[in-house]
Amino acid sequence: MIQVEHLTKHYGPKTAIADVSFSVDKGEVLAFLGPNGAGKTTTMRILTASMPATSGSARVAGYDCFDQPREVKRAIGYLPEVPPLYTEMTVSEYLTFVGRIKGIGIERLPQALDQALEKLSLGEVRGRLIANLSRGFKQRVGLAQALIHDPPVLILDEPTVGLDPKQIIEIRQLIKTLAGSHTIILSTHILPEATAVAQRVVIIHEGRIVAEDSQDQLSARLRRSEKVSLTLTRPTPDARERLQALPGVLSVHQEGPATFLVEAELGHDLRDDLARFAVRSDWGLLELKLVTMTLEDVFLRLTQHEEGMEAPS
Amino acid sequence: MSPVGAIARKEIRSYFVSPIAYVVAAVFLLLTGLLSFLAAMTASNRSLQMLRGQGNLPELNLNDLVFRPVFYNMAVVLLLVVPILTMRLFAEEKKLKTMELLMTSPLTVTDIVVGKFLAAFMVFAGMLALTAVGPLALAPFAPFRWEPLLTAYLGVLLMGGLFLSAGILASSLTENQIIAVILSFGALLLFWLFGWAGQVFADSVLGKVLSHLSPLEHFEHLVKGLVATGDLVYFTAGIVFLLFLTHRVIESQRWR
Repeated sequence: MIQVEHLTKHYGPKTAIADVSFSVDKGEVLAFLGPNGAGKTTTMRILTASMPATSGSARVAGYDCFDQPREVKRAIGYLPEVPPLYTEMTVSEYLTFVGRIKGIGIERLPQALDQALEKLSLGEVRGRLIANLSRGFKQRVGLAQALIHDPPVLILDEPTVGLDPKQIIEIRQLIKTLAGSHTIILSTHILPEATAVAQRVVIIHEGRIVAEDSQDQLSARLRRSEKVSLTLTRPTPDARERLQALPGVLSVHQEGPATFLVEAELGHDLRDDLARFAVRSDWGLLELKLVTMTLEDVFLRLTQHEEGMEAPS
Repeated sequence: MSPVGAIARKEIRSYFVSPIAYVVAAVFLLLTGLLSFLAAMTASNRSLQMLRGQGNLPELNLNDLVFRPVFYNMAVVLLLVVPILTMRLFAEEKKLKTMELLMTSPLTVTDIVVGKFLAAFMVFAGMLALTAVGPLALAPFAPFRWEPLLTAYLGVLLMGGLFLSAGILASSLTENQIIAVILSFGALLLFWLFGWAGQVFADSVLGKVLSHLSPLEHFEHLVKGLVATGDLVYFTAGIVFLLFLTHRVIESQRWR
């Protein structure tokens, strides 16, 4: 549905993105992850055909973003980081205007408006001025404008930024319900957001893609060892040394009075051995869990690795 | 609805939701009303003086004594109020980040520029139409020729259109409405002064070029009742050129 190949964009001497390539299949949700200023918004603007790239190509729904901008714009619903709202309009007036400029015919417009209002649960505020709405409602109106012409592709730039936790959950839920029927790219610098809604993650740093995979595979790929966290009720003072002596254990760190982080060789799952050993030693096994890398860890490792490689040159 | 129509409709609505259209129309109509009143009073005093001097009542020529001075002064009022009408058209879209909505919708930059111009032009034309109260009120009291009046209105419409397109260009250059007003006011005044400079250097080529560039000379022809193709071309070409420049400015902002 979306193919991006070797996309590069310079703003004067500054390179915003360099040689960015990725693709998104129909119905997939892709999270575009990176710190502020990494090039997420630039990539999204190029995909919406509102900004030309310096080189490379981008295709959305089979149309070229540079040569066929009108077709691309019809196929896309875009929510910028700041929702583009005319605050002196009511919700209905605003969405009607957006429907008109998106080319919805006059006979289909009332139906499209009702559907968008219903999808975003905006029915109760349809007659209210946008200026008087809460931040969460404004964001939903912003999403409604992206959806009103029922585009196959949705591009959402930081859709939950500035919302309270309840609103964040609502918006994520909504994105999940839209997945499948729509192809979605969302950008975020809030890492758990990507895990919450996306099937695949593209990590971008300083304008370059540093990783692209599903979250599980990304963390598996970057994992150098298996880590298990072990919490006991009554560890003996020699518990750390005894754990260290177990076969396959690389190191043991004591993380709390009764919590140990046991590191083993990659591919060596210690959980069964540790459980038996703790029970046998009568330490009172309280919790045993595999420590997977969070996206934060993945992100930090990737970007630090990148910097580490660049430093000597 | 066509994209141009959608943009124009939104802009017209926006004029009347905010106090801008009401305030501008009120100031414009108050000033032109006052000008008409003063011109009519002056004409009446002059005709009384002529009656005393010559002993018989001369024909009161409303076209020359009242309407012409009113239209000249109306042009000065336009110079002041038109930048207010156009200041927010692009500056506000940029400030509120709604420009991004327009630029990611299946609209062309031409649709946006033309839609905004048409909206401002229609509001201006509506405002101007209300000044017709003056001639209509005077019609029962003295005969006058309607043709020069109509060409003068055409002149004001064309000059207003030119001022509006200059104002739209100024608004496209900034996201600050105050700067947009100052820019358009400054540019309009500069072109106005070209007329004066043209008189100063009347004998040289420069003088002729400056006079031709100033809207004043072309406007005067129309107010006097002369409809020349050159003047019509001047105004329409000026409007199209300024809107084209606006198009280029907006288009170039996509690249940055």
